[in-house]
Amino acid sequence: PSREGDFGLGRAALPEEVAAWDIDIRPDGQGLPEGSGDVWTGEELFVEQCAMCHGDFGEGAGRWPQLAMGQGTLEGPDPVKTVGSYWPYLSTVWDYVHRAMPFGNAQSLSPDEVYAITAYILYLNEVVEDDFVLSRESFAEVTMPNEDNFYMDDRPEVELARFSEAPCMEACKDGVEITMHARVLDVTPEGGGDGGG
Amino acid sequence: MTDTRDPSRRGFLTGALAIGGGFVAARAGAETAPDPAITELQPWQQYLGEGVDARPYGFPSEHEAHVVRRNVPWLTADATSSVNFTPLHELDGIITPNGLCFERHHGGIAELDPGSYRLMINGLVDSPLVFTMQDLLRFPRENRVHFLECAANSGMEWRGAQLNGCQFTHGMIHNVMYTGVPLRLLLEEAGVRTSAAWILAEGADASGMTRSIPLEKALDDCLVAFKMNGEALRPEQGYPVRLVVPGWEGNMWVKWLRRIEVGDQPWHHREETSKYTDLLPDGRARRFTWEMDAKSVITSPSPQAPIPHGPGPMVLTGLAWSGRGTIPRVDVTLDGGVTWTEARMSGPSFDKSLHRFYHDFVWDGRPMLLQSRAHDSTGYVQPTKDALREIRGENSIYHNNGIQTWAVNESGVAENVEIS
Repeated sequence: PSREGDFGLGRAALPEEVAAWDIDIRPDGQGLPEGSGDVWTGEELFVEQCAMCHGDFGEGAGRWPQLAMGQGTLEGPDPVKTVGSYWPYLSTVWDYVHRAMPFGNAQSLSPDEVYAITAYILYLNEVVEDDFVLSRESFAEVTMPNEDNFYMDDRPEVELARFSEAPCMEACKDGVEITMHARVLDVTPEGGGDGGG
Repeated sequence: MTDTRDPSRRGFLTGALAIGGGFVAARAGAETAPDPAITELQPWQQYLGEGVDARPYGFPSEHEAHVVRRNVPWLTADATSSVNFTPLHELDGIITPNGLCFERHHGGIAELDPGSYRLMINGLVDSPLVFTMQDLLRFPRENRVHFLECAANSGMEWRGAQLNGCQFTHGMIHNVMYTGVPLRLLLEEAGVRTSAAWILAEGADASGMTRSIPLEKALDDCLVAFKMNGEALRPEQGYPVRLVVPGWEGNMWVKWLRRIEVGDQPWHHREETSKYTDLLPDGRARRFTWEMDAKSVITSPSPQAPIPHGPGPMVLTGLAWSGRGTIPRVDVTLDGGVTWTEARMSGPSFDKSLHRFYHDFVWDGRPMLLQSRAHDSTGYVQPTKDALREIRGENSIYHNNGIQTWAVNESGVAENVEIS
């Protein structure tokens, strides 16, 4: 058998290297750097860096994501899932903005700028007042409205037994009706459907 | 079971004859004039073809130019954070050709140089480590065939039949043989501490893709893969290194893998809070819905692959898969679920891999409502879309493994429909 473990491959990661790549933030605040930013600084940055896609008030331009409002829509026919209406943790906002935004110029924002933009997004969602200053210290004061509405995958309890019964093979229905046609919607790309090449 | 001489098949045909009346399967009529494809000298019979130096890396025949990935522009705001679709209706067997494997990026295709590729392991480990590509190639390897299905595959179909073709309704999937190093070996090399319970996998692209994965899965069957179907990963599939997370939603298969952090809790990052959580009718949402449940689809006939030949013997074929095991059985129906027949499985049956099924029968030329129903090795039977909607409503976006219906008309043209 092939040997297992202790290959002596790779080398020790230096602290500077870990610091450069390990930028992730957790809900308990682990990973947050020193820094702070207020709502009004965040608004200026947002208008400059974010509003062309996300709108001045986080309402979203075109098909770009809406970041604000939508509260109370999750049970309805057209849920609007935003930072305020849906996201469970503030840390995710900070981490994602810092890691991946602005789209096309990721990791260009300083920690203070990320604190300020995050504060402004919280303000747009009516989670904080306009005098709020987000910092590593004040981070723990903020609770997201939808935090308690997520739960662990419960398919094992709710679905697996129900969908593991012996299925019908013969005379399973009295009749069959077509209730919906994709062709009526006609949203399939040209050349993609209808046997086209 | 599906041989046309089988008594149960004969029973079906007798029934069909009784209703349809007078259909007789017959050989195509005799030619009245000689076939020029035979009688005339063809250019390839006469002139020399290209030499062995013409195609250092070969492409499909020009006659297969329509077999390509396609995207649906209206689905997303921008092509760099978007998806395209594998042409399932044109493929057979279980292996997806590398150039046709669907793509899903969140920040476009990162073009990494393997010379400066680094994989870091840090967090709750005894020794944080950095590996080069050359280091990874010195660990013991494994080869495994697994499907990768996007969590959103068939997601546009939750509210009803939308897109007309299995490429679009089911094509966010591919199935290749991966070669790689068990993630367990890399974690053991760094020395996982006893308080560890989760890992964070992180990509090197501009989206900085991250997902939390329980340590148990990481130590079980995850691979740090560098080959697909024998050759290096394609850039759009994570070249030079991606994570393989068998049976679990595609988003977790982090491409351009640059870092594994070990921790004691999940990170709840954007792709496991805002995205890849499943909203239910009461306004609450499931999180960490990792497994992809048993699913199947008939790939031919289908809207992009109509029946070209009229009544008579024909081949119905499709794919089935489960994130919880293998697929020992698939049932098919031609009448919208009134009567079901066991299909014939063909080809290897690998764990958490695509499986190929066939149903060989004589079509009487009448309209059909085709469905397939997968059974996995745990005993789970693929549910109808309505059975899923009863529990989940219409807004959960992800994990739609409901039974697909194709309506085939007298001309052999198929359409994506929903039925009662």
